[in-house]
Amino acid sequence: MNNTAIQFDDLRHSYKPGHWVFQNYSAAVRRGSTFAILGPNGAGKTTLLKILLGALKPTAGTVSVEGRMAFVPQLFQVTFDYSVLDMVLMGRARQVGLFSQPSAQDEEAAMASLERFGIRHFAERQFHELSGGERQLVIFARALVSEAEILILDEPTSALDLKNQIVVLDWMTRLSHQDGLTIVFTTHHPHHALAVADDTLLMLGDSKFACGSATEVLTEENLLALYGVEIKHLAFEHGGHQHKTLVPVLPYASRSNEPRSSLRP
Amino acid sequence: MTPTIVKETVSETAPDAASSWKHSLSVPLLLGISVLLAMLGSLCIGVYPMSFLHAARIAAHLAWPGPLPANPPWTVKEITVIQIIRLPRVLIATLVGLGLGVSGTALQGIIRNPLVGPDVVGVSSGAAFGGVLAMLWDFPPVGIIGLACCGGMAAIACTFGLAKISRAGSNSMILILAGVFVGALFMSLVTLIVSVSDDSHLPGIAYWLLGTFVGSDARKVAIVGIPTLCGSAILMTFRWRLNLLSLGDLDARTLGVNVAALRWAVIALVSVIIASQVAVSGVVGWIGLVIPHCARMLVGPDHRRLLPAAALLGALFVLGLDDFTRAILRAEVPVGVLSALIGTPLVCFLLWKSQGKGWGRE
Repeated sequence: MNNTAIQFDDLRHSYKPGHWVFQNYSAAVRRGSTFAILGPNGAGKTTLLKILLGALKPTAGTVSVEGRMAFVPQLFQVTFDYSVLDMVLMGRARQVGLFSQPSAQDEEAAMASLERFGIRHFAERQFHELSGGERQLVIFARALVSEAEILILDEPTSALDLKNQIVVLDWMTRLSHQDGLTIVFTTHHPHHALAVADDTLLMLGDSKFACGSATEVLTEENLLALYGVEIKHLAFEHGGHQHKTLVPVLPYASRSNEPRSSLRP
Repeated sequence: MTPTIVKETVSETAPDAASSWKHSLSVPLLLGISVLLAMLGSLCIGVYPMSFLHAARIAAHLAWPGPLPANPPWTVKEITVIQIIRLPRVLIATLVGLGLGVSGTALQGIIRNPLVGPDVVGVSSGAAFGGVLAMLWDFPPVGIIGLACCGGMAAIACTFGLAKISRAGSNSMILILAGVFVGALFMSLVTLIVSVSDDSHLPGIAYWLLGTFVGSDARKVAIVGIPTLCGSAILMTFRWRLNLLSLGDLDARTLGVNVAALRWAVIALVSVIIASQVAVSGVVGWIGLVIPHCARMLVGPDHRRLLPAAALLGALFVLGLDDFTRAILRAEVPVGVLSALIGTPLVCFLLWKSQGKGWGRE
């Protein structure tokens, strides 16, 4: 079996003639790996994802995808108040015939998937009622029940609080390592990419990119070029393990040692 | 350790009573029984009085014709009133309501907006234009239905086209706005045809556009019945896929749905249903918009339960309107007029009650 899940070569796209979103991008996503895409606002991250999903035809270049894909959008909102079970059941679209309705087996599969994520008790709740983190888990459960091999996520942690960010990142790692899913995600958080991604693509400019293993690509120089702000590597020990992360150098850090917040009587 | 989510608001309990009620088969069953009873009750309403039991016996005899008893419990006059006048009218009212309920629900699903109805996105106006044009060209009834159907499809194609050239994609609010423009355009064309038609066509066209249930007969039952029942039956098989289309193009596509093909199949079926409805009752507004909301309140948003419930509720609603016309007003008021009079305040109430939930959400 080919070890590459997604490959794109000399990819370029423009919405207006002469205005390239990106040019000559090439990369390969290994099967079962986690692939992060980083870039500032407007760099074309979502455009690239749409091209990979086949929803947008690139202006030039080739894309090859091997495996079923599932998509987790940035903000998942539904017009109608479906229940969580209904939402997960929709992942069975490929398994249910065009003129058929989901069977009891499909419902069992959906419930099993909810169970896997520890949210079986949400089955009858309305999807609207859930918090951002809970919704992401429901969409993960839907992806799992769809028997997708590739999971594409558009800024999966952007609307989440810190704890739910960790929950979602942890599940992304589990789905990659335990279930063998190939995961492609966009993010504005370099430390998320460093924590969970095997490989990383930095969208440095319309025709400039860096792609490679996360540890090689996420250098302080590359991140400065990417965001225009200084981002430093930080290593520390916790629980007997060595951890690495990335921390932006905030402007106030260079100011005097005055307290940055205070309570006045 | 399996990570757990932060929000711990729900215990592992059984679904609440309201949810069970929505998911059970009780609602469609009750609605089905209500429609049957309303149809029988409607047979009793009119100038010639008749008891419910009497009407039921005659209807049973007409539905399952067997050897006529030696002393039938009804008179020739009674069976004639039922067979020739009331039964076709009741069947047409039922079918029109059923078709509008199904069409409105399907359109709201594929356009992902509960403010949509067949009249809102221009299908009804397009069908009216096609029908009027066919009458001007002296087409037979099948031709009128065919051209009305083409008009309906052309109108909704224009609506989607207009939304597309505005680069709004499947933005449902832009689609609604485009539908309003297209609907107005086609209604202007209808008015133009009425204005230029000669004396030999004008009365027929005007009567057709008025759209009352007067003069209902077996031929009209067939005109509305065959397309409505066939179209609705096919839509019923797609009903779970409407859930998928309602998620949006990108999501539905990644779930393995052929979005464009399925959407156009639904639009074609809705156009057929609406064309046949317009052919017998003129342009009827609001019902296709309001009924899906009411059905959603009863059974929830899942189209597997929603579509049958909306069909039955639509039938019940139009039957009720027609009964009201015959029993209370004792005048032939077009169903479109009554539906607008009742539908407008109902939509206002639903807007107030929904508090913006899902209305216009992208």
